[in-house]
Amino acid sequence: MRARDLVAFAVGAASGNRLRTALLMLAMAIGVAAVVTLTALGDGARRYVEREFSAIGSNLVIVLPGRTETGGINPGSFVSTTPRDLTVDDARALLRAPSVLRAAPLTVGTSELSVGGRLREGMVVGTTAEFIEVRQFKMAQGQFLPREDWGRGSPVMVIGAKLRAELFPNETALGQFVRVGDRRFRVIGVLAATGSGLGMNTDELALVPVSVAQAMFNTNTLFRILVEARNRDAIEVTKRQAAEIIKARHDGEEDVTVITQDALLATFDRLIGTLTLGVAGIAAISLAVAGILVMNVMLVSVAQRRSEIGLLKALGASGSTIRTAFLVEAALLSAAGAVIGYALGLAGAAVIRALYPVFPAYPPDWAVLAGLGTALATGMLFGVLPARRAARLDPVAALAKR
Amino acid sequence: MAAVPASVAAAQIELDRIERVFRLGDSVVHALAGIDLRISPGEYIAVMGPSGSGKSTLLNVLGLLDRPDAGTYRLEGRDVTTLSADEQARVRSHRIGFVFQSFHLVPRLTAAENIALPMVLAGIPARERDLRVRKALDGFGLADRAEHRPDQLSGGQRQRVAIARATIMQPAMLLADEPTGNLDRATGEEVMRLLEALNGAGVTLLVVTHDAALGARAHRRVMMQDGAITLDETRGAGAAEDACA
Repeated sequence: MRARDLVAFAVGAASGNRLRTALLMLAMAIGVAAVVTLTALGDGARRYVEREFSAIGSNLVIVLPGRTETGGINPGSFVSTTPRDLTVDDARALLRAPSVLRAAPLTVGTSELSVGGRLREGMVVGTTAEFIEVRQFKMAQGQFLPREDWGRGSPVMVIGAKLRAELFPNETALGQFVRVGDRRFRVIGVLAATGSGLGMNTDELALVPVSVAQAMFNTNTLFRILVEARNRDAIEVTKRQAAEIIKARHDGEEDVTVITQDALLATFDRLIGTLTLGVAGIAAISLAVAGILVMNVMLVSVAQRRSEIGLLKALGASGSTIRTAFLVEAALLSAAGAVIGYALGLAGAAVIRALYPVFPAYPPDWAVLAGLGTALATGMLFGVLPARRAARLDPVAALAKR
Repeated sequence: MAAVPASVAAAQIELDRIERVFRLGDSVVHALAGIDLRISPGEYIAVMGPSGSGKSTLLNVLGLLDRPDAGTYRLEGRDVTTLSADEQARVRSHRIGFVFQSFHLVPRLTAAENIALPMVLAGIPARERDLRVRKALDGFGLADRAEHRPDQLSGGQRQRVAIARATIMQPAMLLADEPTGNLDRATGEEVMRLLEALNGAGVTLLVVTHDAALGARAHRRVMMQDGAITLDETRGAGAAEDACA
């Protein structure tokens, strides 16, 4: 049989029983639509996290005290067990590294903020003027902390948007005084609302100069040092240099952890990538179910078309011709169902995007190809058994059944 | 003048001790019990006998739809019993035409498409198919029915489509199983005349029937009973072929 005749014959046979054809394509379509929609969801989650991370600041390297990674036992383990504190001097030393563009020390504590009679528990962050550039925040009003000696801070404060709304509901915040413990700070700026940040909510922060915060909390340690590398390529160098500088300052002991945004992102990427694969696997099960449905429908079709198959044999069709005809039919139906499912899946992803605009749910290319490919392969695979059965049918018995 | 070797050499179909056994549970049925038969090209044979006499099985074996359990079947001098299934399909496609009692037209295909089906299966190009189908439609008086589906055709028209389909590959023999069984007398007569005209043009015609009137029209009649040939007579000639078998 010629290829064109085979396709025409299969299309004719498929349109001969519309309900059967529609059911089969529906099953395939649901499977492919599930793959496309669910992977769009997974990939959307990945993109979402990626975007949230890039909101923290670009080219960021973070230094935190203590080692969080298990390094096994080394001679240093017996000499000293308590890590040295991270200090403002450490942060200043990091600026010597050529790949470092900026560094911002960070110390954090909770305290009671009061304005007039209003009291509020709040997170007070001690930092420097560089912080706003490293984190890429924007000011809503006034200005950020002034550039001054890190060791000597003026009693000024920059507050988050939410904190402003709560402490100064009806008046302008700029120029007003906020009392923290026994100190008074003049509000010189309000940060623009950033929405939900990762981790702490920046809209509720009160920022003061680092030296003032350390004095207030009676400490000289830092919570973090945020380092901005000169560019993306310099991130790894910065990470290594930062570790070396701190190690040299801490008597040769590597007692800090340096993490990069990329490393964090890569971890999330792996996590969500695995999740997406898992979800795709679940969707693939529905494709397998669709495949079994294809097999059943084709088996019923073979049973219903017994006399036709017998006739084709009497007219000189070989077993392989009949097998090919049934396989082509299964493949065509699967392909048609897959295309419909692809369209449905895209529509599903579009609905998700319409409902949750922040969620970029687009199906990844590999999932689309895998979905369509798997549908076709499943259809063919599960079409083999019915096709073989048709090819093996005894023509005498098939023709006798009227 | 009919020497035995000469008739063997000229035979189109030669069956030697053909056996076909069916097992139904514990019982064994000899549908064909050692059939010997020689058919020359262009013969017109009626195979007759009661139900279960094995005449349909004989037809299936002759048409290569069924394999005998023993014996040899030579078609045009070639042993076809040992051929593979695909080779047998090729022989069916090019040498054998079937006409069934219940027509066996594909319901979703038009008359023209049904007639073209054997050519589609044989991989003949569409242009040649159209040419031959149009000729066949004209020849069988179906020109105005080409685009009708089987359920839009009368019984006689359906059987004419089936005969057109059976002859479209220009086979050497036509095997007809009760070709008038589903038709009224007048239509049946019309169909038989059509088949006989084809036989007149040189195609070997073998009709299986239990209708004595139909059998009487054939030049040679073979009677079967319990899987064996009980009578083999050629009209006019008077010489019984089974004498030399």
